[in-house]
Amino acid sequence: MLDIRGVTKRYGTRAVLTDVSFTVGDGRMTGFVGANGAGKTTTMRIILGVLSPDSGTVLIDGVPVTASDRRRFGYMPEERGLYPKMKVAEQLVYLARLHGLAPASARRNTDDLLERLDLTERAGDTVESLSLGNQQRAQIAAALVHDPEFLVLDEPFSGLDPLAVEVVMSVLTGYAAQGAPVLFSSHQLDIVERLCDDLVIIADGEIRANGSREALREQHSSPRFEIRTAGNTGWIRSQPGITVIDCDGDFAVFESETDAASQAVLHRAIALGAVHTFSQQRPSLATIFKEVIA
Amino acid sequence: MSNVTRPLHTAPTFAQSVWLVSNREITARLRSKSFLIATGILLLISVASVIVGSLASQNESLAKVAVVGTATSVVEQTNAFDIVESDTVTGAEALVRDGTVDAAVVPSDSADSLLGITVIALDSAPLDVLGTLSVSPDVKILQPASQNGFLAYLVAIGFGIIFLMSATTFGATIAQSVVEEKQTRIVEILMSTISVRALLAGKVLGNSLMAFGQIVSIGLLVSIGLAVTGQRLLLADVGPAIIWFAVFFAFGFVLLAALYAATASMVSRQEDVGSATSPVLFLVMIPYFMVVFFNDNPLVLAIMSYVPFSAPVGMPVRIFLGQAEWWEPVLSLVVLALSTMVVILIGSRIYSNALLRMGARVSLRDALHK
Repeated sequence: MLDIRGVTKRYGTRAVLTDVSFTVGDGRMTGFVGANGAGKTTTMRIILGVLSPDSGTVLIDGVPVTASDRRRFGYMPEERGLYPKMKVAEQLVYLARLHGLAPASARRNTDDLLERLDLTERAGDTVESLSLGNQQRAQIAAALVHDPEFLVLDEPFSGLDPLAVEVVMSVLTGYAAQGAPVLFSSHQLDIVERLCDDLVIIADGEIRANGSREALREQHSSPRFEIRTAGNTGWIRSQPGITVIDCDGDFAVFESETDAASQAVLHRAIALGAVHTFSQQRPSLATIFKEVIA
Repeated sequence: MSNVTRPLHTAPTFAQSVWLVSNREITARLRSKSFLIATGILLLISVASVIVGSLASQNESLAKVAVVGTATSVVEQTNAFDIVESDTVTGAEALVRDGTVDAAVVPSDSADSLLGITVIALDSAPLDVLGTLSVSPDVKILQPASQNGFLAYLVAIGFGIIFLMSATTFGATIAQSVVEEKQTRIVEILMSTISVRALLAGKVLGNSLMAFGQIVSIGLLVSIGLAVTGQRLLLADVGPAIIWFAVFFAFGFVLLAALYAATASMVSRQEDVGSATSPVLFLVMIPYFMVVFFNDNPLVLAIMSYVPFSAPVGMPVRIFLGQAEWWEPVLSLVVLALSTMVVILIGSRIYSNALLRMGARVSLRDALHK
């Protein structure tokens, strides 16, 4: 479990992070969402020890993280970069060895990853000769080649074609399924929505929302329901505590002041005949995001 | 998860990290065509200079002189000329005119001529011929110089050029590789993995090994060249100086390498490397120009041989000239080693503070104070 506690960072008089605290649980895919300049990259750099915070700590299972712990992290920086003139496989082996792997396991991991990421044919090519998409895959391989126990990935999906997005998603969920805490940031909210278990929303260097995706949806869901029945739904207008937003034959959208009022609608609908759907409208991540950072 | 993979991660020690980084640097250099070509050219030049030097010293042919009549015996005595006999003064003059001989020596017309001969030349007095035929007083030298001045000059410039070339090419290479890492941002992955000091040390070590290897190969080639071309005497004179040069170079280069890495880390683009590292370039060029201008000034040489930046050139030159006591190179080496340590400490501070600052050039004050 990765704990970020009370992290504050200032550049001169400008506060970049103010008392940032959140947790990335074991096996939880945690999406890290915020506008440009909100402090995502700075937070990730602090987690990796590339930057040091003015105050606050990063803990692994309750113990402050040390330099040697950081070798167990897989990190993908926002600004991509590998040695342009170095061959892909050589580069991965080098990075794995810097993380402390023996030569044999470094080579084995490299081959495995290149296979999984569909890059085996490019193993002997220099990075600069790869297409942009393949460079991106190589970058992901660089973050994973040493069998990290924690993943911190800054925008891992940017610049990937839809096929590569699927490949990377499955690799990352695979890591989470094995119990690794995975923190990733993304501007593609639809991907975050599909992928993450937990969500951390940051704005202006402060954590604005933080929790499981479902709990956040619950919190931010509107009291708005939709219903589709066998017969006409016009009667809903006369229900107490209900404001109808839209009513069109067998379909209606309404807002309910209390749970009891919406339940009463459901009861009456069942009494009147068949009910095909009755559901609370769930806000999309984009909606929650806009609400939270507003 | 952690229980499964933890055994794999035996964190490499500082030394192992340094070694991995330096290995990468060396491999990258050996793969670079431009590096291999530049090294080849440098080695060729050193071998060529030895061979040309030996050919030049063997081809010192005797001056050709035409002689007439009684002058013959005077000229023959000297054994210093290639003699062409001519029957008449007019014939000898013709030989001078058409360039067959450098000068003609004929019996003198005037009776009061001291030597009884006249030297005829085309357009200027032939100094070498006159020198040989002249009578000069005995000379007594109180303190014979251990090396002849011209040779000393050549050796000094030789050390200066090799130091200048090696230090600038490898210095530029280190600077480029620092900025490459910064520009491609791989430095962020590296910094999250190993300590910045290990990264800097690896870079400096790798490139210093390459530079030192280059110097040693040049030294070996020149020594072998001197031995093969029969210039053993010169080899015995230059040999110790070459060995000291290699030792001083090893330390001096590490110092410069740390400076190059630190100054380069303050910029983010390859285009800015040149201007950022130019102060270091001046430090490298100073010893070269000092030996060129002051190689016959023992006081300046003595000072140079202790100043860390010029010691790698200054001290070997003094050793070659026989001006240095046995303990002087040792003391100078200690000074150099200590200043190298100080520079590495300051350099690694600049390096670690400046590495993550992208964009505009980081000011020296910011880099030092964070």
